[in-house]
Amino acid sequence: MILEGRIWKFGSDVDTDAIIPARYLNQSDPKELAKHAMEDERPGFSTAVKEGDILLAEKNFGCGSSREHAPIALKESGISCIIARSFARIFFRNSFNLGLPLLESPEASEAIKDGDRVRVDLSTGEIFDLTQNRKFFAKPIPPFMQELLRDGGLIPHLQKKGGKRNHRVTQKS
Amino acid sequence: MKKNAPMTITEKILAVHAGKKQVMPGELIDVRIDLALGNDITAPLAIQAFQEIGVRRVFNRNRVVLVPDHFTPAKDIPSAEQCKILREFAKAQRLTHYFEIGQSGIEHVLLPEKGLVLPGEVVIGADSHTCTYGGLGAFSTGAGSTDLGAAMATGRLWLKVPESIKFIYHGKLNPWVSGKDLILATIGDIGVDGALYQAMEFCGEAIRKLPMSGRFTMANMAIEAGGKNGIIEPDEITLKFIKPRAKRPYKIYRSDQDAHYANVREYDVSKLHPQVALPHLPSNVKDVRDVGKIEIDQVVIGSCTNGHLDDLRVAGMILKGRKIAPSLRLIIIPATQEIYRQALEEGLFEIFLSAGAAISTPTCGPCLGGHTGVLAAGEKALATTNRNFRGRMGHAESEVYLSGPAVAAASAIKGRICHPEEVTKKGA
Ligand code: SF4
Repeated sequence: MILEGRIWKFGSDVDTDAIIPARYLNQSDPKELAKHAMEDERPGFSTAVKEGDILLAEKNFGCGSSREHAPIALKESGISCIIARSFARIFFRNSFNLGLPLLESPEASEAIKDGDRVRVDLSTGEIFDLTQNRKFFAKPIPPFMQELLRDGGLIPHLQKKGGKRNHRVTQKS
Repeated sequence: MKKNAPMTITEKILAVHAGKKQVMPGELIDVRIDLALGNDITAPLAIQAFQEIGVRRVFNRNRVVLVPDHFTPAKDIPSAEQCKILREFAKAQRLTHYFEIGQSGIEHVLLPEKGLVLPGEVVIGADSHTCTYGGLGAFSTGAGSTDLGAAMATGRLWLKVPESIKFIYHGKLNPWVSGKDLILATIGDIGVDGALYQAMEFCGEAIRKLPMSGRFTMANMAIEAGGKNGIIEPDEITLKFIKPRAKRPYKIYRSDQDAHYANVREYDVSKLHPQVALPHLPSNVKDVRDVGKIEIDQVVIGSCTNGHLDDLRVAGMILKGRKIAPSLRLIIIPATQEIYRQALEEGLFEIFLSAGAAISTPTCGPCLGGHTGVLAAGEKALATTNRNFRGRMGHAESEVYLSGPAVAAASAIKGRICHPEEVTKKGA
């Protein structure tokens, strides 16, 4: 799968309160959440970002709460993929569960600049900076997670597997 | 019979729940879960995910727990709608453990109190502080709403087996130094991603002496170092807590002596003084004597980190017969209804009220800038909570400092961040 878009660059330890402040969590409408994505961190982000754009960050992106509202807000705002030096773990699994791909690449995180146009090949992990004409490679996405992305997230993945795994009321206590 | 390679407590619990003899760090496994938890923020999305999967019933109506605790008692109409989704789902699925306000509290203090989480179990919650239950020797970790939806449907979860880091605390704690200070010092040492994707195993002399409340506090903040879980091997203190509460059998696991750790860190805690995390990261930690003169507008004592009865007792010892600074607001929030009742019966409310504190019904409230004490621009708060990210308690230009209950209570009296000794030594 090939993605292409403008880079929006952020720093280290961008937490889930920065991605979507808790004051907007009294509801869970994706459109409403997207309007406030990165509001305190980078005012104007949600109106400027375009469908397909790519977010770039330094280390530990998405640290803090388990709120799935964070990757939902970014995905809904148009972000197609996030590249970072590293991700916080709950954010990591939430994103794949939603079908939002994440790539870890310290080199890309350092070299790519805000506003660059970048093309990403998810199957090979290749990141090509069209503005700088430079190529980087991300850690390959584990096969199970590639499967999640192909299916469009955990829910469609489970739907595909059918109700097979419904254990019903098996334990008594 | 072939002997298994040595394993840590985390690996042992995961192996059993994956139906395997042995698991290795890095391995992707599918585990059976003992309990799935959601709250008023995360459960509505999880219920939606659950319905999309197309399954009619939850995997076990006794093992799905819903606790509306973040924006409750409902702070506005949208919050009330969220709570209603939980209430109706709990009713439709005939869940045994749905906790309505009045019989409830903050999920991570409530579940152990009710005996719903036991040593050796695997618990997932759509809340990052689900790692709290590691305090009693369970594997518990935070996940997202989609994960919770899937877990409610299947009773299973995909997981990557984490590497473990061992933290050993030698020596005896000084007066006014608690589990909160140990974990703050540890996060200050390793950073907010110092244990990314890893299990944090806490042990040593100081941990063996720590009461359950302090153990929960430490496991609670493992996520603040990026950890997947925090865990403490059960001992007599754990069993004393568990025995009167447990309603089903459980199993105690211990790390093998020759288990492999990615890292081992040792601390001498006998020289440790109370710690404070400065804005805007929980790793921005200093000895309370080194923070300088920081005047504060609000103090919050509560949350899943430090809203235990022990924490309120510590605050009571310091506040007894004293008054808070007139320039400041003190908000005290017992974590559960049971703690609320006990604090009242022990006379703590009398102390708090005479000191000038506001006492709230159990709720997350200000911890996440939700309600009951949100900060305005430029305001500074000292809280016994777990996160001080920019805007966490309100306006993006407010500041949050983190500490244990002793520093929080003493600072409320002084109007600035101070060592509890500054208040207690001079006497009142
Ligand atoms: S008290 Fe704070 S950290 Fe704990 S569950 Fe509630 S909002 Fe989260």
